Amino acid sequence: MNIQDFINFLVYGTAIFLIIGGLYAVLTKKYLTKIVIGLSIMDAGINLLLIAIGYTYKGTAPIFSPAVEGKTVTMVDPVPQALVLTAIVIGFGVTAVALSLVIRLYRHHNTLCIDNIKNLKW
Amino acid sequence: MKKYVAVVLLLFFGYYLLLSFLQLDFGRADERMAVSKDYLHESVATNKVANVITSIVVNFRGFDTLGEVTVLFLASTALASILYRRNKPGVKVPKERILTSASHLLHIGAKVLFPISIVLGAYIFIHGHLTPGGGFQGGAVIATGVLLMILSYRKFHVNHNIVSWVESIAGIAFVAIGFTGLIFGTSFLENVFPVGTLNALMSGGAIPLIYIAVGFKVGAELIGLLDNILLNNKELKQ
Repeated sequence: MNIQDFINFLVYGTAIFLIIGGLYAVLTKKYLTKIVIGLSIMDAGINLLLIAIGYTYKGTAPIFSPAVEGKTVTMVDPVPQALVLTAIVIGFGVTAVALSLVIRLYRHHNTLCIDNIKNLKW
Repeated sequence: MKKYVAVVLLLFFGYYLLLSFLQLDFGRADERMAVSKDYLHESVATNKVANVITSIVVNFRGFDTLGEVTVLFLASTALASILYRRNKPGVKVPKERILTSASHLLHIGAKVLFPISIVLGAYIFIHGHLTPGGGFQGGAVIATGVLLMILSYRKFHVNHNIVSWVESIAGIAFVAIGFTGLIFGTSFLENVFPVGTLNALMSGGAIPLIYIAVGFKVGAELIGLLDNILLNNKELKQ
């Protein structure tokens, strides 16, 4: 196992650990707020994974500011960053709508524990 | 029992996900860049925009950004309609927030920080084509300032008419800039304005205009969203 493989394992492993952890919370937690937090964690993991794919060693941010004008610099991949910018906004919208549903359920049932919300069972 | 099943399934899923991603070497994206090289080149050569990500988000993938703004609009509309509470006759809906009154320190600090955060947000979305940031980030910073005011002052209210007007006008401006590309150029959202020189404030043609519209729209949407989610959530005493 050389150093590159170890770095791959560490970086992608961290991102995938976050995704798995978020999914675990969504699948097993009983409280609706915790489920929403799990969704957010999963979102962060996916964004981290996408950003990690676009990284270049010694790469600068893809901005042609006066500091890098005229020099030859390597830049990181801008496409995953643009996609993650979109994904963050969509994730925010999803979280907001999920939280509003949680508030609505709390108003109706006066609890957040899904064991006590009988309408969810079939 | 259910937990163990979930753990086993997730470990399976994670193992194979990791296995497929380990094929991509970390830090070697320059060997895999195909379309990105063109983006990096065209952004400077034709668009004259220093921030390549802004160039991709607003120009090359501008239609996608219009869809993204629409999703945000739908989210705030859905949130407002889900949280809508009909006024029952005889039941008084409380007009103040559920939060307890803030300390004196927070009152003073919020007063100082509110204008600064508005200015910072405006700076971020006006300079979206030169520095990191852009319309979405600037709008979020502005909404953070309003959130600070909402948390500090229980009676602080946002004028819903102004917020929805700003939101509508910004959205119409985005689509109108898109249609100028259709009228004077060949396709929707094509950049037909003069592009200027690289790294000047007046550069990039339509890109700063679109990002300013996006900044106003996102700021107004997030403010409306915060106001909806924090107002009128006190339990009604029947």
